[in-house]
Amino acid sequence: MGIDNLLAALSVIRPELILAGAALLCIVLDLFYKPTDKMPCWLVASLGCLAALAATIAAWGTQQEAFSGLVRMDNLSNFFAVLFLMAGLITLFLSFSYIQREGLLAGEYYALLLISMTGMLFMAQANDLMTVYIGLEIMSIPVYALVAMMKRNPKSPEAGLKYLLLGGFASAVLVFGIAFLYGAVGTTLLADILRHAPKAMKASDPLFLGGAGFLLVGMAFKVSLVPFHMWTPDVYEGAPTSITAFMSVAVKAAGFSILIRVIVLSLHPMTVNWSQIFWWLAVLTMVLGNVVALAQENIKRMLAYSSIAHAGYVLVALAPGTQMGVQAALVYLFIYAFMNLGAFGVVIAMSREGDQGVEIRQYAGIAREHPLYALAMAIFMFSLAGVPPTGGFIGKFYAFSAAVKAGYIWLAIIGVLMSAVSAYFYLRVLVVMYMQEPADRPEVAVSSWGTSVGTGVNITLWVCALAILVLGIWPGWLSHFAQQALHGLWRLL
Amino acid sequence: MEFLNQHLVTILVFLPLAGALSVLLFLRGTQKEAVRWVTFLTMLAGFVISLKLFVDYDPQSAQTMQFIDSWAWLPEYGIVYKVGVDGMSLLLFMMTTFLGPLVILSSWRSIEDRVKGFHISMLLLQTAMLGAFVSLNLFLFYIFWEAMLIPMYFIIGIWGGPRRIYAAVKFFLYTLFGSLLMLVAILYLYFLHVEQFGFYSFDLFDLYRVHLVFGAEKFLFLAFALSFAIKVPMFPFHTWLPDAHVEAPTAGSVILAGVLLKMGTYGFLRFSMPLFPAATDYFFPLIAILAVIGIIYGALVAMVQPDVKKLVAYSSVSHLGFVMLGLAVLNVQGVEGSVIQMVNHGLSTGALFIIVGMIYDRRHTRLISDFGGLSKSMPILAAFFMIITLSSIGLPGLNGFVGEFLILLGAFKKNVWLAVLAASGVILAAVYMLWMFKRAMFGPLDKEENRSLKDLNPREIAVLVPIVVMIVWIGIYPQTFLRKMDRSVEGFLIRARQITAPPVQPLERDPVFMTESFLEEEYWGQGNGH
Repeated sequence: MGIDNLLAALSVIRPELILAGAALLCIVLDLFYKPTDKMPCWLVASLGCLAALAATIAAWGTQQEAFSGLVRMDNLSNFFAVLFLMAGLITLFLSFSYIQREGLLAGEYYALLLISMTGMLFMAQANDLMTVYIGLEIMSIPVYALVAMMKRNPKSPEAGLKYLLLGGFASAVLVFGIAFLYGAVGTTLLADILRHAPKAMKASDPLFLGGAGFLLVGMAFKVSLVPFHMWTPDVYEGAPTSITAFMSVAVKAAGFSILIRVIVLSLHPMTVNWSQIFWWLAVLTMVLGNVVALAQENIKRMLAYSSIAHAGYVLVALAPGTQMGVQAALVYLFIYAFMNLGAFGVVIAMSREGDQGVEIRQYAGIAREHPLYALAMAIFMFSLAGVPPTGGFIGKFYAFSAAVKAGYIWLAIIGVLMSAVSAYFYLRVLVVMYMQEPADRPEVAVSSWGTSVGTGVNITLWVCALAILVLGIWPGWLSHFAQQALHGLWRLL
Repeated sequence: MEFLNQHLVTILVFLPLAGALSVLLFLRGTQKEAVRWVTFLTMLAGFVISLKLFVDYDPQSAQTMQFIDSWAWLPEYGIVYKVGVDGMSLLLFMMTTFLGPLVILSSWRSIEDRVKGFHISMLLLQTAMLGAFVSLNLFLFYIFWEAMLIPMYFIIGIWGGPRRIYAAVKFFLYTLFGSLLMLVAILYLYFLHVEQFGFYSFDLFDLYRVHLVFGAEKFLFLAFALSFAIKVPMFPFHTWLPDAHVEAPTAGSVILAGVLLKMGTYGFLRFSMPLFPAATDYFFPLIAILAVIGIIYGALVAMVQPDVKKLVAYSSVSHLGFVMLGLAVLNVQGVEGSVIQMVNHGLSTGALFIIVGMIYDRRHTRLISDFGGLSKSMPILAAFFMIITLSSIGLPGLNGFVGEFLILLGAFKKNVWLAVLAASGVILAAVYMLWMFKRAMFGPLDKEENRSLKDLNPREIAVLVPIVVMIVWIGIYPQTFLRKMDRSVEGFLIRARQITAPPVQPLERDPVFMTESFLEEEYWGQGNGH
């Protein structure tokens, strides 16, 4: 391989290199500054994210494979990369004063976050099952550590351990699936698998079908589809809130990126097989997520179940296995990122040291004391519930359109009924914020709220709220990008 | 001026939104008076400009849909911002702009808490309601229809009575549940249209042409009808209404009864019936019987209410039963009566809620048994109350009579028994309204608290006078309003009675749509040149 080839190959993974470099720089910088000085690491991390974002956007429209087809940059990978990097950037803004307040170690925190995002970018670019697996592990291992990082809160290490054990198990299942597929077709390249799939289908090769099933299980775990969701509420509750936000958006989207790449696109000839499975997974996920969320008292757990339910809506879009469905899923994930990050942003703003103040009843009367936070939360809640004119409605509209168009009418009906159910628990937050008096709240140091969150969170909240309203009224450009993201991919099938 | 003429409807719809934004951005929560004035003047300006719409609407024109304004919003999906009015939506539109400034005026002193939020909610609600009445694109309609829920939810839940939270959540969930099923039906219809005509469109007039097999049509009709029936509300979907009306603050009750309920009946008129004529015919008995049950049931339940606001709320169920009956019979008298009755109900019941609110502001109770002899302490209020009560009962010479008479006439032409049963509702209305009036207003003034009640102040009189003027106007000379909608009603009837849809070329393809190839070639083909 000549030096030119090497450079060309490296240019494909330029965003990953930038992020990894920034992560290393974070670790090194951390040695030279006092633990109390959080600024340098944060700056490096944010600039790294921005630079990677710029590199990704600059590469929009190009299509290139590298490292003997292990990675592939195309619009789909770039779309997901933009999503991850934006979610990461927002997470950084949410984190700055939060980790200071909670006493987390800045150098480690930012470095782990960046490494995790590097793994996500590899997942988005995966063109080979090995890259899928390695990307998944690079993403997951730092997140295990991040979840367990908040030593003061006993729930945090517990969550970390749970996530590690179950996540490790899921990874093992995924590797098992890869091994099966390799046994069946003798390759791990996705393009080759796509070529072999019809033949394996016709022969109903148990190795191939089993391998595909194991892959699906491994991915279902990462995006927390029912019945592989058990870890989600505990982990989301125990993790530092900023990491919960990150996981519920970026990690989930990363899971969907490989789900789309591997199952929907590469196993497209088997659509009849997995479409049925998706149907059931979607229904179970929406029903369980939404119904159990009704009973939650802790807002982080409520949002955890809500994020399970939202994975169900994405699956509604994916179930038909059509291009319109994948496009709808992309749009949904993008909009979902803003509304969920925003909602967790308000949770961070309203919480107090030691991750206290996350019971829904403690939100009573926030509308009086913090009208702007309450307004932002109202926008996020209506959007999560899918009420127009917010972005959440547009997301659901695309998702259910795709299902109806493909003739999956019942799936769409169950989906809309479940979003009616979800309105109840989202509204409950608004009821508490707007319609109950602050007197109901146990002793809370109100004044400390304003000071403990900092401007980073405020900026994030306004960006997210504005994005949701703009997307609700003017979603054309997003669906246009989503369409471009799939450009050419469908023809390969 | 040219600009104004071209975008008249759009300007009217978004004027309140502009008002809401200016209140939000330029006024502080402590400037209560300023907030009220800005809101009131915005609403008033909306009404004054809308008069131009009413005057300029040409009832003789063959083109019944006028003032059409459209703008390509998401054209690749057939989502177009398209608004316009015909004779029927014109009247409802006018009623909404008319009630707007009055409700602000009526709650000038009754809302003191979070004044800014309240007025912003009212303005946003106004935009959503006006938008829903003029939308000619189903997607746009759905946006306005759902967006309406948000401000109303806050109005009930924040400024309402003691059980406001329960009422607000119930209101929201009930209506959301219905509309989401409608969304699926809209999508189904939309893709069927693509299947048959090969292009994407949510345009109402395009969707009118979709050919449906009867089985599917029934389900689609039911999905739409459920959503609208909850909003109307038709018996047995009415249980959210008494809660919401009673718990809402006065302004909220007026808008709920006056305008929001009409969304349901308007939905039948504009969407369910013309889109699914065969199903409308098929379900006629069901709708007519539910309407009659609603008329009688609402009246009977109203009769036994101790709380005067609840009484008015149940009377709405009864009145809206009339409206539905008039629509269901599908003849000129019935439909014109229905539309006029929608306006009447908005005026009379709106005014009743305003008066109940005025009494409540003074006395802080709504139980009829706490009143008695109020006409002695508040003679002006009693006079207005009397006129409006009589209008609600349907006394000849006032507006209620015109609507109910036309509806009964229409029902009579279709089925005598329906008319007979419905007419008993008119009698029951006289019973519960007059009985309530007698107990509250006449008799000895024996309660100490009632002696010192102040009569109406000029602001309150200013609220009621325009309504009474309209009540008398419609009662004596309804032609002004009926004439505007004659042609539109005819057009509607032609459409809604057309049981066999115009034939389209049979497709080779399996009608249960969607084969992969179809999706790629025809849909994605236009976008990126596959």
